[in-house]
Amino acid sequence: MQTIHDVVVIGSGAGGGTVTKVLADLGISVLLMEAGPMLTMSDLKEHVWPYLVPHRGAGEKGQGYTAPRSGFTFSATFGGSQLEGEPYTVAEGSDFSWFRSRILGGRTNHYGRVTLRFADYDFNPKSRDGLGFNWPITYKDLSPYYEKAERFIGITGTVEGIRSAPDGIFQPPAALKAHEILVQRACAKLGIRAVASRQAVITTPVNGRPPCHYCGQCGRGCMTASNYASSYVQIFPAMKTGRVQVIANAMARELITDEGGKVTAVGYVDKATGEDKRVSCRTVVLAASACESSRLLLNSKAPRHPQGLANSSGVVGRYLMDTVGSSLSARVPALSGMPHYNSDGYGSHLYVPWWNWNNKGLNFPRGYHIEVGGGYGMPGIGSFSGIVNRHEGYGLKMKQAVRDEYGTTIGFSGRGEMIPNEHSFCEIDPDVKDRWGIPVLRFHWRWSDHELNQVRHMQQTFRAILESLGGQIQTPTASQPATRVPISRGGAIIHEVGTVRMGDDRRTSVLNKYCQAHDVKNLFVADGAPFVSNPDKNPTHTIIALAWRTAEYLAEEMRKGNV
Amino acid sequence: MSEMSRRDVLRRLALALTAAGSLDRVSAQEVHHLAAQVQGSSASYRPKTFTEHEFRTLERLTDLIIPVENGAPGAVAAGCAAWIDTISSENEELQKIYRDGFSWLDRTMKTRAGVDFAGAAPPGQTALLDLIAYRRNQTPELAPAIQFFSWVRRMTVDAFYTSEIGIRDVDYRGNSPMASYPSPVESIAYAVRRSASLPSQRSDDRRDDESSPEQRAARQSFTKYDRAQGDGNRYFGNAHDE
Repeated sequence: MQTIHDVVVIGSGAGGGTVTKVLADLGISVLLMEAGPMLTMSDLKEHVWPYLVPHRGAGEKGQGYTAPRSGFTFSATFGGSQLEGEPYTVAEGSDFSWFRSRILGGRTNHYGRVTLRFADYDFNPKSRDGLGFNWPITYKDLSPYYEKAERFIGITGTVEGIRSAPDGIFQPPAALKAHEILVQRACAKLGIRAVASRQAVITTPVNGRPPCHYCGQCGRGCMTASNYASSYVQIFPAMKTGRVQVIANAMARELITDEGGKVTAVGYVDKATGEDKRVSCRTVVLAASACESSRLLLNSKAPRHPQGLANSSGVVGRYLMDTVGSSLSARVPALSGMPHYNSDGYGSHLYVPWWNWNNKGLNFPRGYHIEVGGGYGMPGIGSFSGIVNRHEGYGLKMKQAVRDEYGTTIGFSGRGEMIPNEHSFCEIDPDVKDRWGIPVLRFHWRWSDHELNQVRHMQQTFRAILESLGGQIQTPTASQPATRVPISRGGAIIHEVGTVRMGDDRRTSVLNKYCQAHDVKNLFVADGAPFVSNPDKNPTHTIIALAWRTAEYLAEEMRKGNV
Repeated sequence: MSEMSRRDVLRRLALALTAAGSLDRVSAQEVHHLAAQVQGSSASYRPKTFTEHEFRTLERLTDLIIPVENGAPGAVAAGCAAWIDTISSENEELQKIYRDGFSWLDRTMKTRAGVDFAGAAPPGQTALLDLIAYRRNQTPELAPAIQFFSWVRRMTVDAFYTSEIGIRDVDYRGNSPMASYPSPVESIAYAVRRSASLPSQRSDDRRDDESSPEQRAARQSFTKYDRAQGDGNRYFGNAHDE
């Protein structure tokens, strides 16, 4: 007889990992499906010198040089925007890239670990400025779950009392780096507060995880599990309870429903053999990443739901959002000749929360925060390309320029809120299928003036801070045509959220306030897809908090016999 | 050292990493030592992509780009040519860039001095590089060679500074576990002192204007924006709670 699993979770990133951990702790068995392979700790390239990897970070076959969008990386197995046999399409006139991870833990293995709570006002943006949509929950609903996540995962920070950046339960932050001190002072002159960064990194022991050893390679995973990744912080420990079974290399194809409209099984492709298989379930939690979750719903068609599962509203795929990104860097002569030190730490130790949260005197409605880059990073492929391209020539003079300029660059990345619009969405491409015959997504994308004006303001701000430091701007936006605003392409910040949004009204939303489908009682979504808006907070913390809350609700509904 | 030992290094590293689930220091040091021996092995390197002649040309180019400096090893000892050859072996676009570039160099040198590039005397070689190492020499005829040289320069620099020799040369001090993260007080003091004594680039307190026309234009646009906002302080001012 076939096993019927109590809960099947599809996807093992921040959302799926959190649901798995919370349910296992509550004594509930979970079958966790991941489209990529199991993570083994030797996949992590932390501490590995570039010369110990054959391509040294230039990517397999040196693709980082000749296919620039693939980027330079040490962690090619973790994913990318181009996956062999797994295409997607982009509608004419749109520009969008879709980064997907195929590995246990998903993108949490390598992400930037910026972990920010939404502000209270982020839950009712429409009430403030008339744009976008309000959430069906408030800050008070989510705050206890932010706190649970902070206690369990560990997040650095300091209590600041800034409304746009609510305080949490913080790990003591590391000391600021030298260039960060300069930035903090320059910001202060402009009336802008820069504070300790809030990173998912522990600096004191937590649940047997040793504190950070400050090697600076968070982006390659963490062998001591001192930063957060769902794989080694949530899923591996949950597996030890005996209640969690993982099926790796399982690419979900569709959700199968019964006459009553409930999900009874998940159809998937076993990537190792190419065989189609099926697991039966009582409930299913979608956490495949926002757009993959949409794709799965849209591909799960039946006579009862011809436009896809849980989609009587027609909203699945709609209101796709990314974070608004823009960067500027400068060479700061004050740093030249500075005594070198080990500046690795854990990414940035300083960040700038949005300081003008009343948005007074601005020609754009929503805010952004600033992430600060600089220091003596581990030399890698491309580290000095800018310097030698500027200096040109060859020989010892060029080599001296590299030595002089190493560590003297300060860079800013703005991370801003995008307002959901009717022109940014994903749908099933009627003509294209992936290597397993699963129809793929087609993306539509458009920024609005709200975002473009925000980017103009970011550039002005970056310039003001850098110039007050005596910085020589390196990426001269002044030389670009006036019409070109240096805004990231859609999807490039890899914060794509929305497309299966929550709401109180089942005609305009897919999920209720517990991320349970209005149409399908035993279907839940626990990734970035339920997001109603995408504040300037980077989504991971809110994905975790929402997933935690959803998992507790699901457990309670199971106990009551409601699902 | 042979390719076999390079694989051996990687295998042992993988073992060191998986054994304890975290990095074992002793094993790591051993691997480190082995890796150091793999370095500087280009003397015995057998090109995978390029002919012996092409490889000699490439190695000479890397040598000119990052030469030996007061006895300190340069691109040749760091095995830059071997790395470029290895990366190119699986990338046809790179192969074409290099092959076309090598043949341009040989053709041009033969016209100039009757010998190929690798066989020419150093002054002849540098005279040719002086032509193609700068964008200001751009002409329709020279454009492909200038582009080729910027590829060699970029990849030589990448190869050199990802080698142990190059990493030491820029004095990178990280990638070592630390029990705590001490404030870099000496560096901070230096930066703050120097920052105070150097002219700021802001228009309101700048003394010496050594900035580029581009920077001046950018600054003007900022000032304009500032003025359009009516009040710079309000524009950057910290908001108060609603």
